[in-house]
Amino acid sequence: MFKDITIGQYVDGNSVIHRMDARVKILLSILYIILLFVIDSIALYAVFGVFTAFLVIISRVPFKYIIKGLKPMLYILIFTAVINLFVTGGETVLWQSSLWKGLKITKEGLTIAVQMVLRLVFLVIGTSLLTLTTTPIMLTDGIEKLLKPLDAVKVPSHEIAMMMTIAIRFIPTLSEETEKIIKAQKARGADFESGNIIKRTKAMVPILVPLFISAFKRADDLAIAMDSRCYNSGKKRTRMKQMKMTWIDAAASGVMIAFSVFVIIIQRF
Amino acid sequence: MIKVTGLTYIYQQGMPFEKKAVDNVSFEIPTGDFLAIIGHTGSGKSTLIQHFNALLKPTQGKIEIDGIDVTDPKTNLMEIRKNVGLVFQYPEHQLFEETVYKDIAFGPKNMELSDSEIEKRVKSSALAVGLSEELLQKSPFELSGGQKRRAAIAGVLSMSPKVMILDEPTAGLDPKGRDEILGELSTLHKQNPDMTILFVSHSMEDVAKLAEHVLVMDHGRIAMHGTTSEVFAKSGELKKIGLDVPQITELTHRLIKDGIDIRPDIYTVKFASEIYKNLIKEAENV
Ligand SMILES: Nc1ncnc2c1ncn2[C@@H]1O[C@H](COP(=O)(O)OP(=O)(O)O)[C@@H](O)[C@H]1O
Ligand SMILES: [Mg+2]
Repeated sequence: MFKDITIGQYVDGNSVIHRMDARVKILLSILYIILLFVIDSIALYAVFGVFTAFLVIISRVPFKYIIKGLKPMLYILIFTAVINLFVTGGETVLWQSSLWKGLKITKEGLTIAVQMVLRLVFLVIGTSLLTLTTTPIMLTDGIEKLLKPLDAVKVPSHEIAMMMTIAIRFIPTLSEETEKIIKAQKARGADFESGNIIKRTKAMVPILVPLFISAFKRADDLAIAMDSRCYNSGKKRTRMKQMKMTWIDAAASGVMIAFSVFVIIIQRF
Repeated sequence: MIKVTGLTYIYQQGMPFEKKAVDNVSFEIPTGDFLAIIGHTGSGKSTLIQHFNALLKPTQGKIEIDGIDVTDPKTNLMEIRKNVGLVFQYPEHQLFEETVYKDIAFGPKNMELSDSEIEKRVKSSALAVGLSEELLQKSPFELSGGQKRRAAIAGVLSMSPKVMILDEPTAGLDPKGRDEILGELSTLHKQNPDMTILFVSHSMEDVAKLAEHVLVMDHGRIAMHGTTSEVFAKSGELKKIGLDVPQITELTHRLIKDGIDIRPDIYTVKFASEIYKNLIKEAENV
């Protein structure tokens, strides 16, 4: 289950998207997400789909990874679809339950449900594409640089970036650890799959207690290791890899901005 | 008897990083055997042993334990786990209860045994691993490293398995803690002649001290499988796949190379000292 989480997973490559500057990629991803929430016609979603497919293709990230990222979302997607489908009120009734008049599907409900699902799908694809093509280090460096101007108003940009780096670094470690603990408890006859919700919640205790203990222990060890190498978040840290914007970033920004303008104009009229 | 037939396991099959960790292995383990599994890191030992209690489902092949196919999805999992106890590497990381007693009782409780039976089993397995009774009411997190390890082993032993499997049971312990665990395993084997014990080890000295048979793994395959003396007699082959032999065997094999006539299947210091004493006596008599 944890292996399916693709956020924080990097797929090595040398495509134009891989070679983009992390800062630009983050900003353009934000623009992508904003755009996603601006549009609300099915036709524009289709255009958006084509554009996203284009991004996936030029990134040369295997399609499997994109699908894998969507898998853990499946239940959320179904849930969103069902809720929107039945809860949204509207004029044009498409279907009505013969048993209970309140249970009906309207044209408006259907539109909203489809829109919400598409929004979530594109949201996941867009953000996965960012993390799949940017190493976690570059990503956090990028965020740090983008937050830097906020240092003036006492936002600890370096510390935030460090925290994120550490969190991302430990996702695979902790998921491996979780898997191992689950197996060890299963070997002792623990059953996580059957019973009602109370029983299942209780069954989590033998996993969570060891997991927390080891996570705290790791945090402690890491803090000591950082301390003993004289880590401090001082102002004058330099980087091994300097970020540099190239013509790729200029071109990508151009394409993305042009696309945004196009979408917004169509949306308006 | 345990019968493994054509077992293959591939991690992340179909993904770019797929890895064949166990590659078409077949072997048999007689009931009551004390088997050591050795092999360099990444040779597939841990993957192999997780198949015996159905934690991993083989990509191909099957395992039968006393005629029951544990790789068949229809076989009752609880039944398998009752019969096959698996102690993971660093098992102390799985401790979670308030008291050592409750932690050891976790397995028997899952088996839905009566309270009196659980108590009996907790006490006897604590005794078997050398945990004194007053430790049972302590928190497992107050114990020393070696005691934690033993509490965790007791937690599996308390399920009274027919097959007991331990993945590197002495890893990361000091020499004293190591000797204690090895001693307890040896006693366990002597007192339960019907219990089959499998253990993964990196220490050839430990293997020499305990095992009756040795299974050598290399790149997911079986490189050797035989009695401990048979396997250690082939030090050349073991070295080729990056493994060692006990130091006393190494010494013996060097003496053989220098032209001294001794048997090559020596692997315990006790046995060696007898042979060497005789050799010296003979030399003096000439
Ligand atoms: N959960 C896993 N996912 C992917 N590959 C794994 C996993 N566990 C082990 N492997 C790989 O399978 C091979 C065998 O590993 P393992 O059975 O742990 O070997 P050993 O216990 O002999 O050191 C190694 O190459 C290892 O990298
Ligand atoms: Mg291992």
